[in-house]
Amino acid sequence: MSRVRVLVGTHKGAFILSSDGKRENWEISGPHFAGWEIYHLKGSAADPNRIYASQTSGWFGQIIQRSSDGGQTWETPGGEPMPTGGLPSPPSNKFAYDTSAETGKPLTTHQWYDGTQHPWEFKRVWHIEPSLHDPDTAYAGVEDAAIFRTMDGGKSWHELPGLRGHGTGPKWQPGAGGMCLHTIVLDPSNRKRMFIAISAAGAFRTDDGGSTWKPINRGLRSQYIPDPDAEVGHCVHHVAMSPKKPGVLYMQKHWDVMRSDNAGDEWREVSGNLPTDFGFVIDIHAHEPETIYVVPIKSDSEHFPIDGKLRVYRSRSGGNEWEPLTKGLPQSDCYVNVLRDAMAVDTLDSCGVYFGTTGGQVYASRDSGDNWAPIAGNLPAVFSVEVQTLP
Amino acid sequence: MIQVVLPAHLRTLAHVDQDVSLELDGPVTLRAVLDALESRYPMLRGTIRDHLTLQRRPFLRFFACQEDISHESPDKPLPESVAAGKEPLMIIGAIAGG
Repeated sequence: MSRVRVLVGTHKGAFILSSDGKRENWEISGPHFAGWEIYHLKGSAADPNRIYASQTSGWFGQIIQRSSDGGQTWETPGGEPMPTGGLPSPPSNKFAYDTSAETGKPLTTHQWYDGTQHPWEFKRVWHIEPSLHDPDTAYAGVEDAAIFRTMDGGKSWHELPGLRGHGTGPKWQPGAGGMCLHTIVLDPSNRKRMFIAISAAGAFRTDDGGSTWKPINRGLRSQYIPDPDAEVGHCVHHVAMSPKKPGVLYMQKHWDVMRSDNAGDEWREVSGNLPTDFGFVIDIHAHEPETIYVVPIKSDSEHFPIDGKLRVYRSRSGGNEWEPLTKGLPQSDCYVNVLRDAMAVDTLDSCGVYFGTTGGQVYASRDSGDNWAPIAGNLPAVFSVEVQTLP
Repeated sequence: MIQVVLPAHLRTLAHVDQDVSLELDGPVTLRAVLDALESRYPMLRGTIRDHLTLQRRPFLRFFACQEDISHESPDKPLPESVAAGKEPLMIIGAIAGG
């Protein structure tokens, strides 16, 4: 029987929730890396036992953890002492912007909250996206915004500097959470195509494996940007793509839920009848590429559901027409948030949908969102949720 | 043997239960101790000093013999009692929220 593993990153450690294919009873292991912020952890599609985790701390900086046994044990890649003594090189938690004359781009400034220019500084890894084909290859989205790649299982990371050096960097600015590259989407039909999103710069696409990037923000409207056709500066919260329909993208922007049918070249709004189109997460049914999920949040100044009712909204028509999903979710006095990387789906026949809250709950639906139940109730604030469907 | 006291999170990261003992050749300076520490526990690289600048991370401080040496030159010899292993070099995380 199939199994499901839910990888949960929280404010104070990582947790792994496991169940068989019935998804009725769940075992929780953790906290892994207790006391550290775990922004994200994700398993490799090429080897599900390979999991990468981003472990961070305001005191001690960035750590990369790796598991080769499905999260039972962890190691810092390259963390073993050098046989000859001396300092290891390169260390796995070193994220140095590539400013070399040969392959890099100069380190520019970006726009600060007050409109002045500010130096580019590495702070943390927000998202790790393992390659679809090679367990030793993964991409890391970092703050201040840039994308890095490892090809040796996380021992060393090298920037793909064409993104940061796109030329529009001085117009990028931090969102409330920092200037983070938080979304990386790999196209399963085209190994050289990849999408990323940055708060607040917007979405970008590469068609050459990461060497060059183009902004894909046409059609986005952001009230805080005077220019209605601004190429960059948009606060994109998350982007999702169904592997069954590559090229169709869905976006939860700061405000507005958007859709593109041409790999981001043009976007149109599909917020439709949502009670509010502010939010962070957006995800897609595993088998129905026109069925999408969002969690509407009241506003950018009130990060909680409207009227204290936690409701997932589902569209079965690719947007515009939305229905609230409430069964099993708290419908009074609920004032949690659902952060941008905190929703995922499994690929079982009856698609499971999962999301975590800043109140420490992880909710699951075994029936595409019709009914929900908590599978963890009292974790630290949830930053991210990923799901592995195992044979 | 130089004794080094690590914050709890770094002990966990380095898989050690208690204070760390290090053997040094040459002058016992803060830089030499941190080099030896990172050589023996490579997973600590970047957690105490910045990778590129080798500057102390802002929320960490160094103490020796009850004195804050965080702002002294890393090449200044550490006190004799630290060099002799009678007193530890303490790496302390700032108390700045939970």
